[in-house]
Amino acid sequence: MLLDKSLTELLGRYRDLSIDPAEVIDEAYTQIEKHSSTLNTLITVRDKQEVLKYLKTLDPKLPLYGLPYVLKDSYATTELRTTCASKILDSYISPYDATVHQKLKDAGAILVGKGNQDAWGHGASTENSDYGMGKNPWDPTRVVGGSSGGPAAAVATGMSAFAIGEDTGGSIRNPAAWNNLSGLRVTYGLVSRYGCISYASSMDTVGPFGRSAQDIATVLSVIAGVDKYDATTVSHPVSDYLEQLSKSPKKLKIGLAPEMFGAALDSEIADNAKAFASQLEALGHELVEISLPVAEISVAAYYILAPSETSSNLSRYDGIRYGATRELFTQESMRRIMVGTYELSSGYYDAYYRQALKIRTLLIQTFERAFSLCDVILLPENPLMPPQLGELISDPLANMLADLYNTSVSLIGSPSLVIPSGFHRNGLPIGVQLVGPKFSEALLLSLGHQYQLVTNWHTRRPKL
Amino acid sequence: MKPTPLITNDDTAHLAKLASLPVSPDRMAKLNGQIEATFEYIQIIQQTDTSGLAETNQVTGLSNVTRSDVVDDSRTLTQAQALQNAKYTHNGYFVVPAILE
Repeated sequence: MLLDKSLTELLGRYRDLSIDPAEVIDEAYTQIEKHSSTLNTLITVRDKQEVLKYLKTLDPKLPLYGLPYVLKDSYATTELRTTCASKILDSYISPYDATVHQKLKDAGAILVGKGNQDAWGHGASTENSDYGMGKNPWDPTRVVGGSSGGPAAAVATGMSAFAIGEDTGGSIRNPAAWNNLSGLRVTYGLVSRYGCISYASSMDTVGPFGRSAQDIATVLSVIAGVDKYDATTVSHPVSDYLEQLSKSPKKLKIGLAPEMFGAALDSEIADNAKAFASQLEALGHELVEISLPVAEISVAAYYILAPSETSSNLSRYDGIRYGATRELFTQESMRRIMVGTYELSSGYYDAYYRQALKIRTLLIQTFERAFSLCDVILLPENPLMPPQLGELISDPLANMLADLYNTSVSLIGSPSLVIPSGFHRNGLPIGVQLVGPKFSEALLLSLGHQYQLVTNWHTRRPKL
Repeated sequence: MKPTPLITNDDTAHLAKLASLPVSPDRMAKLNGQIEATFEYIQIIQQTDTSGLAETNQVTGLSNVTRSDVVDDSRTLTQAQALQNAKYTHNGYFVVPAILE
């Protein structure tokens, strides 16, 4: 497939006219037609003729010229409806574009569809969607992961060149690992969230899925930066992330925390992460032991703060200015709204919400200590391989624990790069997380790139 | 430390009312069990001593982000745009449910 090529190569071949971007778009639509409705990957697909016509209006010198992409359906777009995978917004057409979408358009990339997800970001599987359970392209009897499952499956199956997900408590990282993709949770504040439907505002982040760390770097250079429409974006000199990749990192200290390899972790995933660590050692890096006894308490604090924030954010859906009325929330969303309502009520605020905010301070201190001993922390991504569809859907605890290794990073606002690290004996892909201090994206991407130059896990595609 | 709260059916019904969620009776029973299971897990935060720790509400490091108090035309919706997604409108207004009889 043409879409197996890196974004850098595709862009180069468009410029020297050896590949016509219309052929690549054609290939993406072939994949969409073949697989999207069986895997429940995209909620809404853009008209192909409209896309091809639009391509002709673009300047070939643009940095992402002609590249087809998919957005999670939580991003406001004027071209296609924005449902957030909820029937409440079934016919919602945004009068404005999300900043990330506008930036990608301005860079010459072309939206081809909106990806399935757990409605409102509530889930880690894409089963809680009003548009059909998202299926994993590596094994369609299993969940695709989530909540950004649709955008991940779109990249894995070649429906798009890259995709934009949204990560609150692991929603990019979990499906990246389960779809053999590279995926980046960015530092809180690096990418504008204007036009992204809010789940838990103190942790929501916008980030890319790609076929490699290099592709992620290409996209990140376009989408990062301060936005006057998002007051939480932080002024930070955005470097050219792609250029940074040429400098291979030398002798980094890679932190491994034994507490993050406990009994809850699938033994094969644990072995895989350790093999990954050995590979980094072989590349000249040093492994150091650190202490992070925070996984369980982070999940608890996350499942206080996120429902509290979502109960407030989703109060706007009253069916007056837009959307349908509240009886259309899924059971999963109702539970989260009600849990949050309880935690914020006057008698319980101190015991839950305020206590969780203090635990966040404790986590920041714990990670600061860890980063005084190492440059990058290596964590497993998912504790388990993807469950069968429907297997865990009504088990709230199992859903929470899917994010066991994700939520601490969300609470402190650090970036985390997920990259493919091998395969389970059941044939499904495994990924690991590289976590760095805030704004260390360039370092994480260059480390991921260094690994991908000497391994080829990331080049494998599902056989459909 | 607070004892594990027992979430009763009445509590669940009250939460649904506070959150303005119309919940069917069979769903109410399922939600009650799930909410209780969630609270059983999150009790572990009570075991951590957080005395002396400040609260962290946000992690940007920013404070008091302001903008000039002027209309930004690039972000202003026309009346038609503002109304385009409303199910019920009347003479260019949103129709809202009556709150007074």
